[in-house]
Amino acid sequence: MICNRCLCSMVQLSLSYKMWDEVVYLNIHPLSLQIIAFDELKTDYKNPIDQCNTLNPLVLPEYLIHVFFCVMFLCAAEWLTLGLNMPLLAYHVWRYMSRPVMSGPGLYDPTTIMNADILAFCQKEGWCKLAFYLLSFFYYLYGMIYVLVSS
Amino acid sequence: MSNTDFSSQNGAGGPPYANGPSQNPVALQPPGPGYMAHQTPYNPMQAKGPMPPGPGLYNSGPYQPIPPVSSNQALPGQPMLKRPPMGPQHSMTPPQSASPNPGSRIPPAHATPPPVSANNYQHAPAWQYGGTPPMGAPPSMGAPPPMAMPPLRPVGNHMTSSPSLATPQASSAEYRATPPVFHNAMQPLGPPTSLQGYTQQGSAPLLMNPMAAPHSYQPVMRAPYGGPPPSVRPTPPTTGPPMGNASPPLGPKTDAGPLPPQQPGPPTRHMGLSYPSLPPGYQNTSAPPNAATMQHPVQPSTQPYSHPPPYQQLSAGPAQLSPSLSGLSLQSQTPEALRVVNLLQERNLLPLGPVTPPTPCLPQDLQKINCHPEVFRSTLTSIPQTQSLLNKAKLPLGLLLHPFKDLSQLPVVTSSTIVRCRSCRTYINPFVTFLDQRRWKCNLCYRVNDVPEEFMYNPVSRSYGEPHKRPEVQNATLEFIAPSEYMLRPPQPAVYLIVLDVSHNAVETGYLDVVCQSLLENINALPGDSRTKIGFITFDSTIHFYNLQEGLSQPQMLIVSDIEDIFLPTPDSLLVNLNECKELVQDLLRSLPQMFGKTMETQCALGPALQAAFKLLSATGGRVSVFQTQLPSLGVGALKSREDPNQRASAKDIQHLSPATDFYKKLALDCSGQQVAVDLFLLSSQYCDLASLGCISRYSAGSVYYYPSYHQQHNPAGVECFQKDLKRYLTRKIGFEAVMRIRCSKGLSIHTFHGNFFVRSTDLLSLPNVNPDAGFAVQMSIEENLVDMQSVSFQAALLYTSSKGERRIRVHTMCLPVVNSLSDIFAGADVQAITCLLASMAVDRSVTASLSDARDAMTNASIDSLTSFRTSVLTIQQPGLLAPACLRLFPLYILALLKQKAFRTGTSTRLDDRVFAMCQLKYQPLAYVMLMIHPALYRVDDLTDEGALNVSERTIPQPRVQQLSVEKLSRDGAFLMDAGSVIYLWIGRNCNPNFLTQVLGLPNYAAVPLNMNMLPELDTAESQRTRAFVGWLREQRPFFPILHVIRDESPLKASFLQNMIEDRTESALSYYEFLLHIQQQVSK
Repeated sequence: MICNRCLCSMVQLSLSYKMWDEVVYLNIHPLSLQIIAFDELKTDYKNPIDQCNTLNPLVLPEYLIHVFFCVMFLCAAEWLTLGLNMPLLAYHVWRYMSRPVMSGPGLYDPTTIMNADILAFCQKEGWCKLAFYLLSFFYYLYGMIYVLVSS
Repeated sequence: MSNTDFSSQNGAGGPPYANGPSQNPVALQPPGPGYMAHQTPYNPMQAKGPMPPGPGLYNSGPYQPIPPVSSNQALPGQPMLKRPPMGPQHSMTPPQSASPNPGSRIPPAHATPPPVSANNYQHAPAWQYGGTPPMGAPPSMGAPPPMAMPPLRPVGNHMTSSPSLATPQASSAEYRATPPVFHNAMQPLGPPTSLQGYTQQGSAPLLMNPMAAPHSYQPVMRAPYGGPPPSVRPTPPTTGPPMGNASPPLGPKTDAGPLPPQQPGPPTRHMGLSYPSLPPGYQNTSAPPNAATMQHPVQPSTQPYSHPPPYQQLSAGPAQLSPSLSGLSLQSQTPEALRVVNLLQERNLLPLGPVTPPTPCLPQDLQKINCHPEVFRSTLTSIPQTQSLLNKAKLPLGLLLHPFKDLSQLPVVTSSTIVRCRSCRTYINPFVTFLDQRRWKCNLCYRVNDVPEEFMYNPVSRSYGEPHKRPEVQNATLEFIAPSEYMLRPPQPAVYLIVLDVSHNAVETGYLDVVCQSLLENINALPGDSRTKIGFITFDSTIHFYNLQEGLSQPQMLIVSDIEDIFLPTPDSLLVNLNECKELVQDLLRSLPQMFGKTMETQCALGPALQAAFKLLSATGGRVSVFQTQLPSLGVGALKSREDPNQRASAKDIQHLSPATDFYKKLALDCSGQQVAVDLFLLSSQYCDLASLGCISRYSAGSVYYYPSYHQQHNPAGVECFQKDLKRYLTRKIGFEAVMRIRCSKGLSIHTFHGNFFVRSTDLLSLPNVNPDAGFAVQMSIEENLVDMQSVSFQAALLYTSSKGERRIRVHTMCLPVVNSLSDIFAGADVQAITCLLASMAVDRSVTASLSDARDAMTNASIDSLTSFRTSVLTIQQPGLLAPACLRLFPLYILALLKQKAFRTGTSTRLDDRVFAMCQLKYQPLAYVMLMIHPALYRVDDLTDEGALNVSERTIPQPRVQQLSVEKLSRDGAFLMDAGSVIYLWIGRNCNPNFLTQVLGLPNYAAVPLNMNMLPELDTAESQRTRAFVGWLREQRPFFPILHVIRDESPLKASFLQNMIEDRTESALSYYEFLLHIQQQVSK
């Protein structure tokens, strides 16, 4: 099992040495932005229209990065990591399928975002995902170092 | 609702209006800026059915004895002079950023306003019930909580005896040493120096029979008073007296005798089922015989309020007090609101008259000045202390607002300094506490603020040093004329843009005639001033603009056929000043209906037309009125028919309740940003996808009108209705570029808003236009525990630009007690408000989830609350479906909601009808929503003048409300069903021939036409009574309900019978079955 993971890690490392960090960082970045944004909304600093306009363009990139990530794991046959990421992938697909009627990309609708339930949900979602990405970041880091050391 | 004629309140035609800049004759006070108030007499007494005429409960205001100072009093019809300039001109300061600076202001005005007394509103008639003994219903509650509570408004205790002590600021001010009279703000005249005077102060004016007053105080209670200074404000017992007027006064109450714990209620009631062992309350204070004949139990009500526990605590030892106080609460009886009703056994639950809202159990003086329930209403008039308590009660907590309601009396304040809390920006209101003369404590955030110098002068009494008597502190509803700090830009003029569909389909319906005619008739009555602008756009597959510039001999039509990229042909001359170009506008209106008479264009490009309208108005903001007759088929925002008529009845779940495109929503948001509101008139016979189109109004704070199957010839009733609505629409008051902020006490927060608006931040609604017929609902949640608070306050402040270009702020403040027991929460439940809030929530649920989900949620709401009542409040379990008296109508209303057009299933309902009903549920104020949900049925063939109301010299009979069941219909009678937007008059087959001839002017039953919409004006007593009654019903709402006279063969009979909600239909349960279902769930 571990061998397997090392192997894939190596494959990935050879693909791009720094990818681990950056990708995860890329993921974390929009998320922390989102959390800050929702907090801003809650504390009344910003107009929901502006806020949604800044948030919505970030949603798809985040999802795409995650998809790309999963594809990479798939290529590397990194099944455990892939398995860990699958639920989130499925959630992303579901979330995007069930988004409100919108012509542009994105998830957040300025008319409903101020609804306390939705705002709380979005905030919670942001925190959970942030935690997930942070944990995976350290896990991947560990994986990378492990591979570097053992190779 | 006040029964004053709507048209007279709002119609532009002349009569004085009390509450609007446009209509308001504003008083002049000659010397400089200052304070102004005016009022028009309000005849509160006739406003409500059950109110006994006579000096109002509310009239006890202290101002009556003061002769009104005439220079400022705006009596109706007495034209008032111009308002003086309010100081420095509109600097474009952002609102709220500039803090009021009293220093630079001109000293307070010297004009004296008229009495801005508390009698703006009529009190809920049954206030006295509110005072039924402290509820702590189970006798085991022990000593009354008030003992431990701090004074709600410790006014007196903090009174400084010497002005020099007041605040540091006092020295700088020319502070005349007025005696620090900080006594009860509502009783400024009362010289309650004596004990007797004091104890009576809260209640005496309320008593119809002054004899009863002394008896409302226990002799025991007097001891501790010692000799209170006149300044102590009575404090409410927190868990104190329940508000029990869920049912109206039902005849003489005789609880004077100690024997039966009798409560007012229908004769069939099961009194005190759950508290059989309770000793009767107030034995030792039982009323004398003369009091017993009074309608309301005055004595219990006054008692809890008339003694100020905090004061007692100060002046008398607890040992002295507790026996009397504990005696009080121990002997309490079940309040009327909590009387247990077995719904399965009691059939006749409807009150005789209208259902009255419960009265919050606040001290009387606070309650007297509390916001009127028609304007501001809470689902729970006792706010639970914690969220967990609220969750336990399973009742929704929320507010229902009608903030811009036409009021017949509204104090208007002009003041260069609007006193607000420095931290939460709350406007000063009657529920703040004055710590001393120079400081006041905000009732929302509890910050201590300084009283500005200007505020020290009281223009009402022309005295100095009485800030607590200023009108701001005496009225829960009032309006400020805002200084320039409240303007982001100079106030916008009234701008109206009419957008008309002129495709073949539209011309076919013939609505253009009606619109143009109506505009011609009301063109002078449009609210506005000399800056008023108007413009027109028509559209079919192209967009037509009208150049109405001054100097043209006739209107010039400009056609833009490039609907993909819409542009304005001549940006300057499309919106013209109404006064300068009135003739051209009238020309256009006269020729418009003919202009498109032969059009063969069937396409309709609504989206581009709306974009053009937005472009035209985006510089100024204003109101767009869109008249649309079919599904938009061209350009952006084109829609496709989504309804399958065959699926209407059979479909398991209703699809397509949410918009098909977000074009209209996005455009509405753009509009909202530019202060443009779009009102939609949908006149169509086919599916129009209101779910999508409605978004344009919903998010731009417009309103939606829907006239199904509108046709000039085929549907005369619809035409009449449209005409009347249009007249009201064109002439009603309007506020531009408005925002409404709802603030609430610390610990509470707003959860969700319902209505037409855009939510700009957690507590701020953006309302490009606000109209007097718009209602709002707000769900609240309790974020922090409200321990240590006796009451919480809610303040809705609506900042708007009047049609006269004045910036005004209308502020409503409501104060509600905080309670910590479930029984108190139940006792304060307002079933109508709960129903309306649930309806709004259910609309949201059916859009986001599904209709069946929403239906289940509503049923569960009633099951859960009754279960909670059964398990947590009832001490003795009995069989049956038990509900507190205040919630006895809850299952009925829920069933009515389930059978309402918006939520019904199994019956064929057009999708647009359903969506429109949903819009109305969210947007209409409570009073109208209730009629839509649960129509009122009256028997009208035997109307008598007994118990009739007298309104402006007309006698209006008041028949009793019947249950909505076919069993109540009898073939030899005639029944009137008032369903809000429509009134049915059902004629029984064997109807009294007298009624047919005298009222309908028909020889016999067979002669009743199938399509009759009018009552002939016959000169008979019966006809007059019936017409007076129907007219009165119509006056009570801003829209025009059509009257349908129906008989057995009428096509409308089905819709009449569908409103018989207590009966079984093929797809829905009867009331009894529904109760059984609930019972089954409750006892699980």
